[in-house]
Amino acid sequence: MKSHAFPLGRTLATALLSVGLFATQLAHADVLENIKKSGVIRVAVPQDFPPFGTVGTDMKPQGYDIDTAALIAKDLGVKLELIPVTSTNRIPYITTGKADLVISSLGKNTDREKVIDFSDAYAPFFNGVFGPADIKVESAADLAGKTIAVTRGSVEDLELTKIAPPTATLKRFEDNNSTISAYLSGQTQLIATGNVVASAVDERTDKRDVLTKFIIKNSPCYVGINKGEATLVAKVNEIIAKSKKNGDLNKVSMKWLKHPLTAGL
Amino acid sequence: MAYHFDFIAVWEYREQLATGALHTLGLIAVGATLGVSLGTLGAVSRAWKIKPFDKIFTVYVEAIRNTPFLVQLFFIFFGLPALGVKLDEWTAAIIAMVVNLGAYSTEIIRAGIQAIPRGQIEAASSLAMTRAQIFRHIVLRPALQKVWPALTSQVVIVMLGSSVCSQISATELTYAANFIQSRNFRAFETYITVALMYLVLAFCVRWLLNKFGSHFVNGRKTT
Repeated sequence: MKSHAFPLGRTLATALLSVGLFATQLAHADVLENIKKSGVIRVAVPQDFPPFGTVGTDMKPQGYDIDTAALIAKDLGVKLELIPVTSTNRIPYITTGKADLVISSLGKNTDREKVIDFSDAYAPFFNGVFGPADIKVESAADLAGKTIAVTRGSVEDLELTKIAPPTATLKRFEDNNSTISAYLSGQTQLIATGNVVASAVDERTDKRDVLTKFIIKNSPCYVGINKGEATLVAKVNEIIAKSKKNGDLNKVSMKWLKHPLTAGL
Repeated sequence: MAYHFDFIAVWEYREQLATGALHTLGLIAVGATLGVSLGTLGAVSRAWKIKPFDKIFTVYVEAIRNTPFLVQLFFIFFGLPALGVKLDEWTAAIIAMVVNLGAYSTEIIRAGIQAIPRGQIEAASSLAMTRAQIFRHIVLRPALQKVWPALTSQVVIVMLGSSVCSQISATELTYAANFIQSRNFRAFETYITVALMYLVLAFCVRWLLNKFGSHFVNGRKTT
């Protein structure tokens, strides 16, 4: 009786083992290899988040993220296939293998790091204090005696309330437009906002310069890659490093953010 | 109903609320004094057709009474700097309130002046009263007496309307409310508290103006 049960158990074990092996092999299927083999890289990009990704008048996606995707595709020598995603479904696109990379102004945090891997940062994204060239401010302590326009309840407001010296005057406005108007009309010396907003404002007006004084909270954008794709992560990092060095990424930054890449990036 | 009310979350900000209430009172104290004075000038100019001020005040009254207060305020605070006139939020708020109340009180007081029977003025001049005496005792005082309740209401309306000055970062009562709400997200507790504070402020202002009115406008003690 026992001798009968034994071979059966062994067969089962072998079967299970082979299924297990097969599964691990699937998970380790090299995406980079696949990209090169098929000659196409599928990149998830935003379509509703200027200047990172919007749909142009020709109905094609355009923006910082799209240009970054194009840089990577060009370096790999493959065709670029853009997949428009929203901020809620961009990570599932990666985890289910529907996209090879997600370049969608994605910030890094511990929750996301449990699900996907991240490349090095490719775009600056931060909240900071901005102002004209003639006001010398390099840190929160330098805000003493200054007036700063800020949108009430925003991240900048909450952070500055904590770190600004008591003699600094935070003038809080209801929405971004009023905050910007207050700064542009000279009602405040400085403005606290996001770098994307600041550069958009700087581009559209010549009333006052909107130059970065210091960063309040930095959360740059990273390329998202599925777990276990070390070779792809290494390759993407290599391309990002290269395009930072040869100025290609700086051109993208100048085109969409209207300012050169920050040194910390 | 599962909402758990938490008024402690508002109480923690009592200092800001108190400062805000004081600033609101300050705004209306200055705004009402200057606004009603301006309104008196306007009313006299219009009622007695003093050229060219009557025309100027007519244009002013129509322009102000037919545009929103918020737009007037934004124009002064955000718009005027383009012409090199940069006013801080308090100056802008006071000017907007004075200009606004001035226009409305011009019309209110003018109604009072025009309600004075001609015969009353003629009787005064036949008693050899000077023009200044006639103006003060025979025209202005009875006119103000007639319209005092309407004027009081207008002052209260302007005080409540000063809540929009929070939009140019003047730290009055509504600014305090918005600030607190943006920190504790207790919209119900914050705004009901502030609404009650406005109610109390409005009653106080009304009471004060009634007192003031019965002493200096209606009363006969000073004559």
